[in-house]
Amino acid sequence: MGGQGGRAWVFGDDIDTDTLAPGLYLKRPIDELARHCLEAVDPGFAAGVQPGDVVVAGRNFGMGSSREQAVEALRHLGVDAVVAESFAGIFYRNAFNLGLLALICPGVGRIGGGDRVAVDGEAGVVRNLSTGETWACEPVPAHLMDMVRDGGLVPHLEKRLAARR
Amino acid sequence: MGMTLAEKIIARAAGRDSVRPGEIVTCKVDLAMMHDSGGPRRVKPILERLGAGVWDPQKVVVVSDHFVPAVDAESAAILDLTRKWTAAHGIGNFYDMQGICHVVLPERGHLKPGMFVVGGDSHSPTGGAFGCFMFGVGATDMAGVLVTGETWIRVPETIRLDWRGRLGRGVSAKDMMLATCARLGMDGGDYQAVQYTGEAIATLAMSERMTLCNMAAELGAQTGIIAPDRVTADFIAAAGGEAGDIDRWQGDADAACRSVHEFDADTLDPQVAAPHSPANAAPVAAYGNVAFDQAYIGACTGAKLDDLHMAAAVLKGRQVAKGVRLLVAPASTRITAEAAADGTLATLTAAGALMLPSGCGACAGLGAGVLAEGERCISSTARNFKGRMGAQSAEVYLASPYTVAAAAVAGRIADPREFLDGGG
Ligand code: SF4
Repeated sequence: MGGQGGRAWVFGDDIDTDTLAPGLYLKRPIDELARHCLEAVDPGFAAGVQPGDVVVAGRNFGMGSSREQAVEALRHLGVDAVVAESFAGIFYRNAFNLGLLALICPGVGRIGGGDRVAVDGEAGVVRNLSTGETWACEPVPAHLMDMVRDGGLVPHLEKRLAARR
Repeated sequence: MGMTLAEKIIARAAGRDSVRPGEIVTCKVDLAMMHDSGGPRRVKPILERLGAGVWDPQKVVVVSDHFVPAVDAESAAILDLTRKWTAAHGIGNFYDMQGICHVVLPERGHLKPGMFVVGGDSHSPTGGAFGCFMFGVGATDMAGVLVTGETWIRVPETIRLDWRGRLGRGVSAKDMMLATCARLGMDGGDYQAVQYTGEAIATLAMSERMTLCNMAAELGAQTGIIAPDRVTADFIAAAGGEAGDIDRWQGDADAACRSVHEFDADTLDPQVAAPHSPANAAPVAAYGNVAFDQAYIGACTGAKLDDLHMAAAVLKGRQVAKGVRLLVAPASTRITAEAAADGTLATLTAAGALMLPSGCGACAGLGAGVLAEGERCISSTARNFKGRMGAQSAEVYLASPYTVAAAAVAGRIADPREFLDGGG
């Protein structure tokens, strides 16, 4: 999420939790499950994605079941942020709780695959560094950004409780 | 610009004067509800990792309903863990094998208009029938609530479902919801707050309003909600609770909604949803000769006292068709006692119904009454996803308790109005 930004991996509408975490591999360890993340729509994604890359999607990203593995698979591959026109509700909650920044950003689907993208959750801005375009999105409050930076709700609470002791 | 009821509750819980849809705020949780499946056994390891206890045991309600009564060593161990965990954490509000969580919670007077409540189950929107903002969360979320007493929420927009007129005989809240699912689709709720308004809602009993809010989950909404009125206050008083100031928990007339959908209760026919989605609903007359192996009256959304009365109205003096088994699992032990006292149970069993324990049972595919490969069932539950009630190739049709009872008597899909006194 630094100044260099990450590469954008662009997907369409209604990417479901089975596409993110295929049921067939749900019982397998997370590194095996993650290798199949999004393969139904982009077979090269899991092998090609680099830490810091950004997933860009259309409407209703993460629709389907409540499985938290849909978020875990993206996190395991090093994805820190998903920017989409809209999210399915349970995925949206799971994302923050597991340390994945989820930004709602109307119009963002026009980013081209491979463009370099910088995401600022606190300010609520997505920049396409390749074209200079920017998009405004809903800013994320500081305390939720802290939780994302800590890696999710459980490590965040661990830190808070340790500080109190 | 005013606020909707949902926004008012969230603002109060967030300690703010007002909130706008899309804002992310942190709310103090008034009550957290868990059951044996998603509760202690899932949050225990997280709490242990954190070395933390429960923020306020008085504000936690635990209900065992999914694995009751135990059918094997595994379910017995889950119940054992649930009992030991609630005892160790001093949770006095533990209802062990007394019914389904969404029904037990209001039945024991735990809900009051204006409360901000989380539940560890996807049908937690049921609590919205009492003018609460109640929604379902997963285990990680729940663990966070248990430790801190707080949770974050993105303020949803409100989608209004406005029901004009009054339901006819033999038509119920389940029919309203199946028709709504067919019209709006299973993502029509878009994780927003669905509020039910209109004359038809005002004339509904609390148990029927609970069915509406319960199945907001089938619309993909974050929650369902109904503004409290006299009917709400009377129910809460009878349950030993306190309704508080119901005038405070009303939406403002000028509050903005994302959309308003209008429905007509007068012309609504009994509905049946074909496999494998509640959105596959159509009026009962649209079906040909669909025969059944099993008819199931159960679940939080289909076996409250009013639901049993609906079934009994059809079954009175009749017999279940040969080749069909009718299974009835009242939603709580208190409902079972009431149905025994008013003669409903006798009517059901005289017609040939087999009574099952109060709990999730076959609805969750965990208890008695699951289906074999290729079997067909008509059920008063909320979901008919593939494989949910047993074997993968089993087919489940959803309908109201009236229509399930009519199918049990006819042996095939039938219009319940033909079986009601003065009907036909
Ligand atoms: S009865 Fe069915 S829908 Fe209701 S809580 Fe139990 S499993 Fe869920």
